[in-house]
Amino acid sequence: MKFIPLIWAGLWRKRTRTILTLLSIVLAFILFGVLQGVATWLNGFGAGSHTNRLYVVSRISEIQPLPSGYLSHITRVPGVRQAAQVAALVGSYQQPANTVVVLATDPRAMFALYPDWRVAPQQLQALTQTRTGVIVGARLARLYGWRVGDVIPIRTSVLKNDGTTDWSFQVVGVYDSPDQPLEEDRMIANYEYIDEARHFERGTVFAFVVGIDDPSSATRICAAIDARFANSADETLTQDEKEYVQGQIRQLGDVGSLVNAIVGAVFFTLLFLTGNTMTQSVRERIPELAVLKAIGFADGSVTLLVLTEAALLCSAAALIGLLTAAAIFPATAALGIAGTTMPARVYAFGLLIAVGLALISGLPPAWRAHRLQVVEALAAR
Amino acid sequence: MTAVVSLQKVAKHYVRGAQRVEVLQTLDLEVGSGEFLALMGPSGSGKTTLLNLIGGIDRADQGSVTVAGEALDKLGSRALARWRAAHVGFVFQFYNLMPMLSAYQNVELPLLLTNLTKAQRTTNVRAALALVDMSERQAHRPAELSGGQQQRVAIARALVADPTLLVCDEPTGDLDRAMASQILDLLEMVNRELGTTIVMVTHDPLAADRASRRLHLDKGRLCAAATELAA
Repeated sequence: MKFIPLIWAGLWRKRTRTILTLLSIVLAFILFGVLQGVATWLNGFGAGSHTNRLYVVSRISEIQPLPSGYLSHITRVPGVRQAAQVAALVGSYQQPANTVVVLATDPRAMFALYPDWRVAPQQLQALTQTRTGVIVGARLARLYGWRVGDVIPIRTSVLKNDGTTDWSFQVVGVYDSPDQPLEEDRMIANYEYIDEARHFERGTVFAFVVGIDDPSSATRICAAIDARFANSADETLTQDEKEYVQGQIRQLGDVGSLVNAIVGAVFFTLLFLTGNTMTQSVRERIPELAVLKAIGFADGSVTLLVLTEAALLCSAAALIGLLTAAAIFPATAALGIAGTTMPARVYAFGLLIAVGLALISGLPPAWRAHRLQVVEALAAR
Repeated sequence: MTAVVSLQKVAKHYVRGAQRVEVLQTLDLEVGSGEFLALMGPSGSGKTTLLNLIGGIDRADQGSVTVAGEALDKLGSRALARWRAAHVGFVFQFYNLMPMLSAYQNVELPLLLTNLTKAQRTTNVRAALALVDMSERQAHRPAELSGGQQQRVAIARALVADPTLLVCDEPTGDLDRAMASQILDLLEMVNRELGTTIVMVTHDPLAADRASRRLHLDKGRLCAAATELAA
């Protein structure tokens, strides 16, 4: 502790340079924090998945439709408690940027399969009795100011039998999902209404959601469902929820590798910047370091002083950067690409990188300080 | 008078390019406890090299250098640094204070290497600053002090750990006559009242006159004509 003023003084000898270096490191760690946070969050996505839910999609591609008639076959597979077909209608509300997703399904089965989605029983009852009804997620309702009784026009690219592509739904209820707020951005509608009104792909779905009683039998049930449709025109791929969700994320690309490449390039550049700053700083202080040695500081002590300076600079900047990243991280949740809090492992990983950065950039100047000959350094003054 | 500094058959050379320069040649020297020795001589005569050997910041090629009872040539780098911290105070021509530290913090530097508590360090630093009459300027940084004041702070830094030996390399070389006289008064006072042995390199005959003994170096050898001013 008693050496802190000395280290601090060395660090702030050239205030502008130190501040600029500090800012560069801070910015790098903000980038690291946000990107790594998103990647970590995406990698962990599905960790809280329900193990008693399975998803049946086309083996060829997730966008390849399956016959809705598969539903009765699936519900007959031993171990299956309940199943619901899901078709999707993607459109926009008022503005093209206001994208909304309408899930066409059996509402009772759907809300039974997703007990986390909370809806008033009378609203669910209203949906089953209102052909064009829809129960909207609380987030969507807040976003667009929808209330029960409103009729919502949705512009889509799905052609209706009447030749138009505009669909209208009547809001009959609002559901929320406190544990998974991101799931509050959907609309749940009656499959029969959408399927009968659309001109193309009638009688098809893009997936089935399957509820099972015993999660330990999931593998067997998946295999049994897929076996039932093997060698048919529409073979299926059945996965548990975690696999299914992670598969969807993989469709975005290898986010982890992309993030690592960007962050790696940034830190590699930063290494030169910090190394240059530390080297310049030591070069300018050679006579001062020589005096320290003359008055009794050992070679190792001077080396440690320089390394501590680098560590202090890098770790302080990293901490500021990571805290700033944590502060702006909720914005990624608003964009729907990550959670509301930056994962704790990102802090740990970031501070580890800061130490590595300090060591790699601080070692060459520290070694120079270590080897400094007092007489030569003082003579050069 | 017991010898604080004892050099026997000391030789030192440097290599400059392809040239080997003999700086000190089989030199013998003894400096007694409490002595104030002035080393004079032309540039390149080996004064500063001799001072560096005595101060333990350079090593002789041959011979033995014993200071404060320690054979310096037998000490490793780490032990030598510890020895310097305990026994030697350095005063340089250009003060060599840390520009970002206050006068107080500069004087405290040698004490950071000791086991003294913060309170003990504070007492010692204040005493050293009072000794050089710089108590009022303890919060000032070197850039806010005159040359003479900076040298006073440097002397306080050299004295704060109560060294056996004060090694001064042209301590008045960068000062005007009045300032130089004040610094020399201060060194005389330190030598007289604290009993600190001083070895000072100087070009200035007036500065050398303040010493109790003067020695002349020429081409790496001590000249016979040394002037004894005091026992």
